[in-house]
Amino acid sequence: MKKTHIIGLIVIAICVGVIVSTSGDTSSYVSFKEAAEMAADGKKSKVHVVGKVKKDVNGQLTDFYYKPEMDPNYFAFKLIDQNNQEQEVVYLNPKPQDFERAEQIVIIGNTQDKIFKADKILMKCPSKYEETELKAN
Amino acid sequence: MREYLGDIGHLCVIISFIFSILATISFGKATVSIDLVKKDSWLRFARVIFFIHSLAVFGIVAALFTIISQHYYEYHYAWSHSSNNLPSEYMISCFWEGQEGSFLLWTFWNVLLGLILIKVNKTWEAPVMAIFCLVQLFLCSMILGIVIPGLDFKIGSSPFILLKDYMGDIPVYQNNPNFIPEDGTGLNPLLQNYWMVIHPPTLFPGFAATLVPFAYCMAGLWQGRYKEWIRPAFPWALFAASTLGIGILMGAYWAYETLNFGGYWNWDPVENAVYVPWLILVAGIHTMLIFKNSNKSLQASVILITAQFILILYSTFLTRSGVLGDSSVHSFTDLGLSGQLLLFLFALTIVAVIFIIVRWKKLGGEENEEVSVYSREFWIFIGVVVFCLAAFQVLYTTSIPVYNKFLGWIGIESNIAPPADQIEHYTKFQIWAGILIALLSAIGQFFWWKKMDSKKLWEEISIPLILTLLISSALICLTMMNKIDITPTYILLFTTALFSVISNISIFFKIVKNNYKLTGGAIAHIGVALMLFGILFSSGYSKIISLNNTGLIYSKEAGDDFNRDNILLWRNEWKEMNDYKLKFIGPRLEAKDFPGYIKKEHLLLLDDKYMALAKKTIEHQGKKYFDKGDTIEIYPENTYYEVLIAKANGDTFTLYPRAQVNPTMGLLASPGIEHFYDKDLYAHVSSIPSPDEEKEWSPTEEYTIKPGDTVFINDYVTILHEVERVKYVPGMPLTQEDAAVMAHFHVLDKEKNHSIHPIYIIKVKEGLAGQIPDVNEDLGIKISFLNIDPTKEEFTFAVNTTQKDYIILKAIEKPFINILWIGTLVLVAGLLLAMIRRYQEFAKMRDKNTE
Repeated sequence: MKKTHIIGLIVIAICVGVIVSTSGDTSSYVSFKEAAEMAADGKKSKVHVVGKVKKDVNGQLTDFYYKPEMDPNYFAFKLIDQNNQEQEVVYLNPKPQDFERAEQIVIIGNTQDKIFKADKILMKCPSKYEETELKAN
Repeated sequence: MREYLGDIGHLCVIISFIFSILATISFGKATVSIDLVKKDSWLRFARVIFFIHSLAVFGIVAALFTIISQHYYEYHYAWSHSSNNLPSEYMISCFWEGQEGSFLLWTFWNVLLGLILIKVNKTWEAPVMAIFCLVQLFLCSMILGIVIPGLDFKIGSSPFILLKDYMGDIPVYQNNPNFIPEDGTGLNPLLQNYWMVIHPPTLFPGFAATLVPFAYCMAGLWQGRYKEWIRPAFPWALFAASTLGIGILMGAYWAYETLNFGGYWNWDPVENAVYVPWLILVAGIHTMLIFKNSNKSLQASVILITAQFILILYSTFLTRSGVLGDSSVHSFTDLGLSGQLLLFLFALTIVAVIFIIVRWKKLGGEENEEVSVYSREFWIFIGVVVFCLAAFQVLYTTSIPVYNKFLGWIGIESNIAPPADQIEHYTKFQIWAGILIALLSAIGQFFWWKKMDSKKLWEEISIPLILTLLISSALICLTMMNKIDITPTYILLFTTALFSVISNISIFFKIVKNNYKLTGGAIAHIGVALMLFGILFSSGYSKIISLNNTGLIYSKEAGDDFNRDNILLWRNEWKEMNDYKLKFIGPRLEAKDFPGYIKKEHLLLLDDKYMALAKKTIEHQGKKYFDKGDTIEIYPENTYYEVLIAKANGDTFTLYPRAQVNPTMGLLASPGIEHFYDKDLYAHVSSIPSPDEEKEWSPTEEYTIKPGDTVFINDYVTILHEVERVKYVPGMPLTQEDAAVMAHFHVLDKEKNHSIHPIYIIKVKEGLAGQIPDVNEDLGIKISFLNIDPTKEEFTFAVNTTQKDYIILKAIEKPFINILWIGTLVLVAGLLLAMIRRYQEFAKMRDKNTE
């Protein structure tokens, strides 16, 4: 066997290794129900959940807890997923500043003891690029 | 002129598009013509066509720039990317902020490179330019903005569209068809940073330059000059690698200075999208080098040089098509161009692949003999393989959203998400690529001049190796004694990077004696190794120093392993962090023609948010800039939070992390960074009390007192010092008859005394009495002047208190980050030196007519 063949085999092996290892790392988009089932099965992998933040009729954030003077690293809120299931979410970081404005958010984390612990919050804010409003003054 | 400017611009777009088609055809004709006279006349014709195309592109740029800088808001592009109060240097950023502008910038740089190619080439000119113009044709079509009648298929998106046409039938235009907005919606505040002014203009020459080696490669395959294309393409590949490299690193520096994810590299899809082609380009440079020295790796060079350009197009597709959705900091929306981009991508890929397949056999040949392990080429080739594997890994994960989209198109629902912890995911692979590259760049260099055997290799390698192991083990011991965590991979990366630096320095000194021009490779490798050091220290040992040790353990869900990364700083109260003490002093604003920051409480903000009145004389370093009562032009978008930091040894310095309150994007925090020679201290605001929220004040307490009396407010000793008549009240015109009285309160705090000055005004003519309360934000105290009792010489004041102002801060120490930036500069210097050498080689052969 020539050296080039050996190198070729090693390259293929590494590529396969990368692909296998990546599929182990990838997360998935799930609902809270599935996230809870995964937790019940003892799986600790992190998942993505897409949902809407619970707001009252006036569009104000409701059912949330954030008292920075007590603990700036604790923020709890309710998220309603795409199957309309409501879930308490704890985010151990300061409340993102424009959280109220967010229409739809993606949280990354896992369910632990009936509470979804989010490590990351991705917000889809009304972006300026989608601006379609024009007011005459 | 104004109303025609858009039409002129659009006309230039169409001209540039048509002439790029004509240029492709005529350069093609010049290539395939066998008759020398015909060939020559086609070539001259093609040049004229390309010049006209160039002029048209300059015309587009000039028209668009005029529209933006003159604030012609009837044009959508000016309205949506610029605004009246935008500082002039950011006009350049407005230019490329939109997709159309960024395509235009790319086209513009291509034109400049095309002109250079025409100038420097002889026999290569026609075929290279034919390929070049073919790509240019596609780029021009991206801003064409023409709807094919009947088909309802839009080609490109024009930057010259009128706002009226963009908005469609909205009420404003029904009432007034000639309506022009008074102000634009402005530039994304995150992009208002000087690095963002120069980062895209640097990145796009890199994008443009990747086309040149590709064009040479294709021209070589086309013309049957399978080997010869390497020489002219080589300096261009080096040029592309250096400009693209600088562009990427500038983007990283922008992210470091502006975004608040805590670093310079986030493995964001957009970052990855240019990192991958850069790796492949660098791999291609190495195979070209192998070919130059040993006539091997021609096939690999062709594949890699083609792949790097295709990957540049793929990265354009990723970032411009909206396929990445919300997984990226770069928020380009879908302009409906993804179809066109895909078409472009597939068309070029297919053409290139066909070229390669047809010519494949002609590219091989000398591959039969077995490569020696003691040859330089063998080790360089292993390095190339490492580059490719590293690129493959990043590409594979970055494309996850594309798989979802693709499976969606063929009807399979896929819910794969990118890894939850992207940084960890990429790092665990890429760190090994770094280790191997460092090792190979050291070993490969020892095979510089001649073939080696094991004995000679050992002679060369022993001293650097022993030196490395000595230094490395000494440092590792030191780290362990200081109880700093160290992992085996970190040890490996550190040792191999050190080995690479030492070896390449020793090689540099060997070569530089003979010919400094040949040192490019050694310098570039030193740069890479330094970058690896910088990355290892600044990322591997970045330390969060704002750990919240004092906070209550409120949340039982948190567990013990959780890092409480943010601390709350009350205004004017020291807080202990690890080795530091911090104090939030107050919010600050920037003003025009003022070098520092102005205390917000010294400004009276006016209805026009870009204007403020000075409540006090405003000085900076002893020099007076504004008098009391002056109107100051301020930049209201950014609020800076002055944070004083004291080190354990008593040194103090001040950080100004900033937050931008933007009506459409909410609050955007950017860090304040203090640079030390051995580390950066990086801090950003994570949260502030909402600026829209009205403060909650305590119930009013009234005090009727005389000058000299003392009261306790919020436990502070507060003395009414005196009451005096004032002639001038900021923001309130007074006539001769009006009377204004100001009270001077002194509040004694632990460290300093504060003054509070409420004012009482009597407007005689109107028979009105009014009050201007004064708020001390440091203490959260508001005093209003309610009444004067002239008979008793007593004054009545109302006092309210509120929660003190605060910020929540996250602070990180980044050790030796400077080595990363220095390494980048060294790498680029090495690449440029190599480029000059390779260009001179090409020019010499060209002038001998043997290109």
